Amino acid sequence: MRNILAIASKELKSYFSSPIGWILLGFWALLYGYFFVAILNFFVRQSMQMSQFGQAGPQAMNVNQQLLRPLIAQNLPILVLFLLPAVTMRTYSEERRSGTIELLLTSPLTDFQIIMGKFLGAMALYGAMLAVTLIHVALLFVYGRPEWKPIVTVYLGLLLLGGCFISVGLFISSLTKNQIVAFVATFATFLMLWVITWIGSFSGPTVDRLTQYLSIIGHFDDFGKGVLDTTHLIYYISFITFGLFLTAKSVDSERWRG
Amino acid sequence: MIEVQHLTKRYGRVTAVDDVSFRVERGEILGFLGPNGAGKTTTMRILTGYMPATDGKAIVAGFDVFDQPIEAKRRTGYLPETPPLYPDMSVIEYLEFVAKIKGVPSNERSSRIRQVMQRTRIDDVASRQCAKLSKGYRQRVGLAQAILHNPDVLILDEPTAGLDPKQIIETRELIKELAGDHTIILSTHILPEVSQTCQRVVIINKGRVVAVDTPDNLTARLRGSETLFVQVDAGGADAAGALGHIPGVTRVAESERRNGVVGYEVDSETGRDVRRDLARTIVSSGWGLLELRPMRMSLEEIFLSLTTDETAAAAKEETAVLEEGPNA
Repeated sequence: MRNILAIASKELKSYFSSPIGWILLGFWALLYGYFFVAILNFFVRQSMQMSQFGQAGPQAMNVNQQLLRPLIAQNLPILVLFLLPAVTMRTYSEERRSGTIELLLTSPLTDFQIIMGKFLGAMALYGAMLAVTLIHVALLFVYGRPEWKPIVTVYLGLLLLGGCFISVGLFISSLTKNQIVAFVATFATFLMLWVITWIGSFSGPTVDRLTQYLSIIGHFDDFGKGVLDTTHLIYYISFITFGLFLTAKSVDSERWRG
Repeated sequence: MIEVQHLTKRYGRVTAVDDVSFRVERGEILGFLGPNGAGKTTTMRILTGYMPATDGKAIVAGFDVFDQPIEAKRRTGYLPETPPLYPDMSVIEYLEFVAKIKGVPSNERSSRIRQVMQRTRIDDVASRQCAKLSKGYRQRVGLAQAILHNPDVLILDEPTAGLDPKQIIETRELIKELAGDHTIILSTHILPEVSQTCQRVVIINKGRVVAVDTPDNLTARLRGSETLFVQVDAGGADAAGALGHIPGVTRVAESERRNGVVGYEVDSETGRDVRRDLARTIVSSGWGLLELRPMRMSLEEIFLSLTTDETAAAAKEETAVLEEGPNA
């Protein structure tokens, strides 16, 4: 565990000692802030209109349904899709390019410790990114009375969704020395998993069910509604485990191939 | 301390290391000598547990590197060809991280780091970023990293590559100092380095061990018999005949002739010094003795003879195959 934490903290530090961490966090906050303002404006205008039509005050509109859900359950995953490949693109690629992988692999560490360390390090950065979004949510609590339970489930969903990106991103990064290749491949993989249901609707019921199950975002919907369904939990957790397993295999085979 | 038995590593159809065996005793410095691409780095990577061997066995500090890799790695320090530095970290941050993953207990960490930084003379760059270090400092930070957890075994892949002459001497001195408490394998293709620092040499070429011995023995063994070079001004007389009659001399061959001055290579029986007799014969014949020196084969020559004999033989084989080709 000590070794895992040592790697994780090194990973987290390395994000912020290079521009990557700051740029990711900065653009994440900027884009999220923009979404927040846009959706909030829309929400406020709608509430005003409703109150002009003689109905109750602004509180009559559901903050969770009309504001938080489009913001966190629909817009944030898009940001995740675009930005998380950049979180993992360098994890292994950079180590292999600069030769520091030799230090890690010849230190008394197991592959499992290295991979978990890297996974947790990337998760910590992602956690910091999610923490930024909590500031805006906290503001809503100051001025309104949102339901807190669906917020908890949606953040759990976001953590799991991000975990999938990070575990598979680690795997892809372990395949190449080139960060750009890692970024593009990770992005393309997840975009594919995002839109995979498109072919399902006209390819017969079996394919439809299969693509529904594979869809990385299809499983996210319920978290946004405040529903905790074990199907989705199992999907995400097995996805993450599979990604980490592939990473382990890739690192091991890299050893053999030299 | 280190025992390597029949180590073989294949990459697909290429055999990088072919049936290599050798031993290193505690406290010894072993030089690993070979041209580029001979399999030095691959052997070292197998010993450090970076990659597994296709076949064979390697025992480091009493632990098999395949069966008990963690235990073996705990006792091994490794400096790869390019020092594995994180460019974004400062030297001290880097060493702290290395100390953590190498399992240096937290209460000893800072004193250990200070000690190692003094030893490798990098304390003046402690807070500098690794990316901004000169090649010499990088190499020394790499060395600091390797000895940080006080390992029994040190494996150094070309530790002096890219250093200036002063740094090379310093690094060699440091390696010799370290030899007391550590067993060291160092690879190099710089020959004087081996004769200056190592007690034993493994010469490796095309993945095979071609010789294992002390630098002195290697020199002697390759000479076979003692050879002297004599330059005589005999004024046209035949000195070779006179020299050939001296007891102990087995062969006299003319090697150069310039303005009546003739140079001879004189072979003698091993262990018999014929220099006095040679000088006396020449002087008493009234000739001029211009030069008399033992012809020692330098390590360069040994190395070349060992590694090129084989290449020549291999080249011959290849052409033979090519010639047979159309008929077969």
